[in-house]
Amino acid sequence: MAKLNDILSPFTAWKHVVREPVTIKDPLNREAADRYRGFHKNDISECIGCGTCESICQNAAIDLVPVDGVETKDGDSGLRPRVDYGRCCWCGLCVDVCTTNSLSLSNEYTWVDEDPDNFRFVPGAENKSWDSREKGYKKPGNGYELYNPKREAMEELEPEKRDQSFIEIVQGYSKEQAEQEADRCVECGICVATCPAHMGIPEYIKAIRNDDLNEGLRVLYDTNPLPEICGRICTHKCETVCSVGHHGDPLSIRWLKRYIADQNPAEEYKKILNTENLQPTGKKVAIIGSGPSGLSAAHYLALMGYQCTIYEKLPAAGGMMRFGIPEYRLPYDQLDKDINYILSLGVEIKYNVTIGKDITLEELHNQYDAVFSGTGLHMGRSTRVPGTDHPKVYQAVDLLRDIVLGKEIPLEENIVVIGGGNVAMDITRSLARLQKQKYGKVGVLATSLESEDIMPADREEVIEAREENAVIDPGWGPVEIETEGDKVKGLHVVKCLSVFDENRRFAPKFDEEQKKFFPADMVVESIGQGMDLSYLPEAFKEQLDMDQRGRILVNDDFQTSAGWLFAGGDIIQGPDVIHGIANGHKAAMGIDKYLSEK
Amino acid sequence: MSKKLLKWNEDRTLFPEKNSEGKIDVDYDSHKFMKIWHGPQHPGITGNMSLELTLLGDEVMDCETHVGYLHRGFEKLMERRKYIQCFPIVCRVAVPEPDFNEYCFASAMEELAGIEVPEAAEWLRTLVLEMSRLQSFLAWMGGQAGSLGQGIIGQWTIYLRDLILDRFEELTGGRIYHMYMLPGGVRGLLPDGFRQRMTENLDEIDRFMKDVKKVMFDNAVFKKRTVGMGVIDPAWIHPFGITGPNARAAGVAKDVRKDNPYLKYPELDFEPVVGKDSDIYTRADVRRRDLLMTVDLIRQIMAKIPDKGDIRAKTPNVLHWKVPAGETYSRAECTRGEYGYYMVSDGTEYPRRINVRGPSYTHAVALLEKMIVNANIADVAGLMVSLHTYPPEIER
Repeated sequence: MAKLNDILSPFTAWKHVVREPVTIKDPLNREAADRYRGFHKNDISECIGCGTCESICQNAAIDLVPVDGVETKDGDSGLRPRVDYGRCCWCGLCVDVCTTNSLSLSNEYTWVDEDPDNFRFVPGAENKSWDSREKGYKKPGNGYELYNPKREAMEELEPEKRDQSFIEIVQGYSKEQAEQEADRCVECGICVATCPAHMGIPEYIKAIRNDDLNEGLRVLYDTNPLPEICGRICTHKCETVCSVGHHGDPLSIRWLKRYIADQNPAEEYKKILNTENLQPTGKKVAIIGSGPSGLSAAHYLALMGYQCTIYEKLPAAGGMMRFGIPEYRLPYDQLDKDINYILSLGVEIKYNVTIGKDITLEELHNQYDAVFSGTGLHMGRSTRVPGTDHPKVYQAVDLLRDIVLGKEIPLEENIVVIGGGNVAMDITRSLARLQKQKYGKVGVLATSLESEDIMPADREEVIEAREENAVIDPGWGPVEIETEGDKVKGLHVVKCLSVFDENRRFAPKFDEEQKKFFPADMVVESIGQGMDLSYLPEAFKEQLDMDQRGRILVNDDFQTSAGWLFAGGDIIQGPDVIHGIANGHKAAMGIDKYLSEK
Repeated sequence: MSKKLLKWNEDRTLFPEKNSEGKIDVDYDSHKFMKIWHGPQHPGITGNMSLELTLLGDEVMDCETHVGYLHRGFEKLMERRKYIQCFPIVCRVAVPEPDFNEYCFASAMEELAGIEVPEAAEWLRTLVLEMSRLQSFLAWMGGQAGSLGQGIIGQWTIYLRDLILDRFEELTGGRIYHMYMLPGGVRGLLPDGFRQRMTENLDEIDRFMKDVKKVMFDNAVFKKRTVGMGVIDPAWIHPFGITGPNARAAGVAKDVRKDNPYLKYPELDFEPVVGKDSDIYTRADVRRRDLLMTVDLIRQIMAKIPDKGDIRAKTPNVLHWKVPAGETYSRAECTRGEYGYYMVSDGTEYPRRINVRGPSYTHAVALLEKMIVNANIADVAGLMVSLHTYPPEIER
């Protein structure tokens, strides 16, 4: 039976008649919460078009499209995300994974438009009323990361263990470290576009994640036949543009490449790379110089069945990689591993042969179907300040070469090195080691025009040089090397205020009032290298297309105007190893094209 | 039988006898039977499914449930999505209570990958799950009252639910699909002033629930239509896989939060709400008390939740997260009972199989078909809502 209370109780509802209504008066203008995930915003000047937003979007609501006013350049794909609101589910993962933090969501959520196509738009490029809104969803902080922004630390030899020897400093990644580091990659491919050789970087990093190092090696050799070398001393332009580096440490792409090469035993290379049976074409190519471009050209030509002969002036192969880069950065056994593999493909090297002296270019032209020249930059440039003609003023490249050749090099207790590039650091650190061996202490100072923030040398080179007790004192312009008879007293410098003018042209400005004197018994110049094209006969040189600065001009196939002569490496582009490799590869393709059409 | 399954006409001579299979032979040519479709758009259905009813007079003779109106193929879709890409999908499995999908999916992944979620994130997850339960109960309450003719309750509870959705919006950035519990953690700490506003909302809910009790539960009409109606026999609970308030109203204290504690529930003080009569009224009352308990739990959580701390554990890069091979079943107590995700990983970047165990599957299909026979057509909606089913989670 129903109780009386059950009949009366429902009338309680009537008390709500006098209550204020809870309805929102103007729902269209209600502001959403501060964190609301509304319409997209993108700071397109920050955005680099890496496309991680596109890859994480499960609805395929984001496409990367070209945008007016955004140029494709190193580190920027030139594309920007276009969002399709017919597909978007406003999960905001695109914001969370954005490498530059340029993408965010405003808290605006009403948009009325009669044309459905308008709901597909490029945030940031098409002005919207919510672009200026501060509120909305941004990538959360408090340890919230969808990928690890921190680089896996690389083990290095302690300064006190390395400062007397030329043992390799960088120890390389373990399997676990390499996989952790490879995991950080967002596979955007910005690095691929920037790498001069366009290496398949995301692919070989993926191979590390999949623990398929044979596949990794195959990816490396697609574009780079010197992975042990590049895995150690590449200038890694890829890392400079790495999208993860915008808000974190860039991927250690160079060390990962080295990891793959290190882990694959040399004796299995031919099997892994499927180069056991190459079909010869019967055509012959001569290559001048066994540096990176020459070796790269030889490798790809050999794969295509050409019989290659490399002519090398020095008694060992490698060019600047062997005679310029000290062993603590690039051990000879690793250098030989890459070179020996290329030789195993049937490439022949003739050592101690100088073109123009032992054999002429004309003879090469007659004996071979094509000739590739990659002779590099082996002549040190001089500052030409008073005193540089003194016998105790040396060129860094000459000293570095002599160290490798095992010659006795002049070594004083106090040395000043002029230069701020990697070569300057190489000679500084090499001399520091030799001084420590000979005198038990280091007395080498390097000075450069560039101040510390714009020194061309890699940052770690400067740090490590200091760890090894070398003094780096950048930002000074050399004025005069003070000499006294057969002795050097030291280097006079003045403060360098700026190196480049507003057009990025070399125009150093000095403050003559700020002077300094670096006492030294010996001075080493390391301000850059020049090329030596004396092997080209004068008559031939005159026919060849060259620019005003004396550089040989080549087309996209690295073919000179002579047709049969191709050129690459530091004499054309760079200077660095990876440009040489890329040039050699392209020249090999060009030679193949040239000889196929011939 | 002392308790009738449902009220039926006492004079059974008017009805055909059941055959050996326990069903009646329906002869439409006799013009005694009528077939009607209840749903898929019927407001008493709480979502898109339909009941194909065979009526004799105003009594249901037979019922066949039809689902498929909401089939989106999520389980299959997820096999073609990377794990992180499943995250925006899972919440859509159960529209009115999405957070349990997020939690079960994330915790299954974390278990397979061996990831410890930070303390603050655990508390925030507990909070969000209880908020989700609260808003789901409020939505259900309006439905239950509405299906039996009381429009006013729905107006109140939907208003109260809106207050919770405001808090969701503030905390998670979304009102319905929160997409907040990402594998590894959550996507934000409590905003400034959240506690204050939450406390005010809970007080408002308490105030309204007193009136709801008086208007809906202490109501002669509601009692007349629900007491002794739609009884679930405790013996069915195991064979039908009945969980949640449907089981607790029958006196079986099943509650995943107690039976298989997860998140921060072991640190909270509560006892599962149970009833004994197992009829529509008891189930409604169990849910009402469960709702009040949830209000109390949120107050307890608000007192303990940290304001600072990491919100996400370190995980592999989500763009190519390979979850170690294995299988697991992760479960949680939603408003309708046990919600679970069965996840199989073959060690790749894609889930091999994900199966969603939504409690509505058992409640709305097999159990309903059994209970509905001999119900009055006017009670069908009330009976169905009393099982608290959400069709989207039947069809993943």
